[in-house]
Amino acid sequence: MGAPQLIIYDGSFEGFLSAVFHTYEHRLAEVDIQPAIRAQATFFGTTTRVETNVGHAGRVWHGITKKVEAAGAHILYRTFLSERAGVENLLLDRIRDIFAVGNKNSGNFSDATVLEIAKINKMVGREKHRMEAFVRFKLTKDGIYFAVIEPDFNVLPLIAEHFRSRYADQKWLIYDTKRGIGLYYDLDTMSEITMRLSGAALRPSAESTVYTSEELEYQQLWSTYFESTNIASRRNMKLHKRHIPQRYWKYLSEKSLQLKK
Amino acid sequence: MNFDRIKEKLAILADAAKYDVSCASSGSKRKNSSKGLGDSSGMGICHSYTEDGRCVSLLKILLTNHCIFDCAYCVTRRSNDVKRAAFKIQEVVDLTIHFYRRNYIEGLFLSSGIFKNADYTMERLVQVAKKLRLEENFNGYIHLKSIPGASDELMREAGLYADRLSVNIEIPTKEGLKLLAPEKNREDFLKPMKKVQNEITLYKEERKLLKSVPKFAPAGQSTQMIIGASGESDAQIMYTSAYFYKKFQMKRVYYSGYVPISMDPRLPSLGSQVPMLRENRLYQADWLLRFYGFEVTELLSPEHPNLDADVDPKLGWALRNLDQFPIDVNVADARMLARIPGVGMKSVQKILKARRFRKLNWDHLKAIGIARNRAQYFLICDSRDFLKRDLTSAQIRGLISKGSQSKFRGLYGPQLSLFESSAIATT
Repeated sequence: MGAPQLIIYDGSFEGFLSAVFHTYEHRLAEVDIQPAIRAQATFFGTTTRVETNVGHAGRVWHGITKKVEAAGAHILYRTFLSERAGVENLLLDRIRDIFAVGNKNSGNFSDATVLEIAKINKMVGREKHRMEAFVRFKLTKDGIYFAVIEPDFNVLPLIAEHFRSRYADQKWLIYDTKRGIGLYYDLDTMSEITMRLSGAALRPSAESTVYTSEELEYQQLWSTYFESTNIASRRNMKLHKRHIPQRYWKYLSEKSLQLKK
Repeated sequence: MNFDRIKEKLAILADAAKYDVSCASSGSKRKNSSKGLGDSSGMGICHSYTEDGRCVSLLKILLTNHCIFDCAYCVTRRSNDVKRAAFKIQEVVDLTIHFYRRNYIEGLFLSSGIFKNADYTMERLVQVAKKLRLEENFNGYIHLKSIPGASDELMREAGLYADRLSVNIEIPTKEGLKLLAPEKNREDFLKPMKKVQNEITLYKEERKLLKSVPKFAPAGQSTQMIIGASGESDAQIMYTSAYFYKKFQMKRVYYSGYVPISMDPRLPSLGSQVPMLRENRLYQADWLLRFYGFEVTELLSPEHPNLDADVDPKLGWALRNLDQFPIDVNVADARMLARIPGVGMKSVQKILKARRFRKLNWDHLKAIGIARNRAQYFLICDSRDFLKRDLTSAQIRGLISKGSQSKFRGLYGPQLSLFESSAIATT
């Protein structure tokens, strides 16, 4: 056996499934699937670029959902959204097992692949829950509740439904500044939009031109509440930081206003 | 809106409400079906955490901190010289909506000092909830305080708009209440609880027949007791809790370590420590009652009126009942598995599932996630290296605390370790 064949895809979930299709179509045993942005060419073996093919992706996904229940398939999707290096090969391992023996191993935590996927899935789930908690909307002058997030994993598709059912009567936009994608709801439909917000637009000096005059007042009210509801004689900063890791502070108005003081 | 004035009020009325520890926002089933604002059908969410490490999930405020009562343990007591303020009904509604729209909170937790009389106060709390539901089409979480002595009619209305209702019993014993809040009567606390309990059962029954019957306080009732203000024992506290869980199907009883706020000679003095360790042990005992199938009489009795400080209540029980151990994890039933120290309910479920496939040994148990440091003295499994020596409970206690790290260690520190080493040396 030679070096694994490198397969490069565009980074999307459909792209990944197309790559999986490719491995079956060409009966490739030893492969290394990588997204284009991370791909490392090797001296040995060959490199193939797989174009995203919605039809192929659909067939693979359909095949998976026929073998495992919806929740099990969803776990694979969530694991993919972790964007961790090597996650594609881990998932390919799992998908091969599903096509070979079906759902049999889904609860078998003595299997290294199953265990690793369960762990990543848990991390993604935690990040999803954090984003549902830590999104802080600010009201812009054109009446859109706007929030910026910077999640460790690509959880935007996972939180969409939560925000739609909750904020059905207001326009909102959640922007993932790390990945340059946003989720926009216009009172009717929800759509994913790609945009590049310049650094200037996100800078504090731009606040007064972008947001309503009352916006800062509400942030200060919230921050007042946050400080007043604290019991100083029970201060426990270790616990505090465990619950809200410091990397999220800049997007939480109650913490960032505190930092500015 | 006059933001400066609102800010001032918010500071006063949030500060006065912070000793209420309940922050649950889960357990309701209010869906956003009419394209309104908010949805509380999922799990609760903690949107932030204060520097004391507590979750911020609801906007927790008093409507006013004016109060006609003079309960010694309370910051808003009549005789206390603090700044007083009162929100207008519309102000609370606006604050809740604007906070909710910005994803700061899951909903509102509204309590109040008692002004004029119980009904007058309760009526205003209900009006806030009613406005939120009917005028703002708000489906977020609403937790209202039931004001002791409020009329049945008002309590019924409250339950229709709120997700949860609660009355804080505050002082676990009748004698304590007489001492610290002589103007209050224990019966006044129990009456609204009974009323709400009856209505919940009634509405549930009717909903079975007719789907369109509205929900009544779908997230149930809760209550709270202050710990360490009236010299009560752990047994008195936990027996009261057990009574509430059984009698009123309470969803939760909260325990709040008394934070000294007064020079009153009837109470712990200003500099004294908040009893956090004790609070922690009470919560552990509470979990044993609700999820682990323990009876309160097993944990606390006239001979053991207080929980151990140095070991958790389950370990304490096991050490007093060594004759029931060791337990074989490969054959024991769920009830006994749950009684092994260091084995939680999640592990119990995993053990039950896993042992269908193979006999479990220490490696399996470790992967499942049990705490071997505590569990090893109380169980046998499919491994040869289980403990064969006969140890006394004092020896086990010493060995376990030697191998463990507790954040509370400083609180029961040196005397105990002396005791441990001497206990081991002599046996």
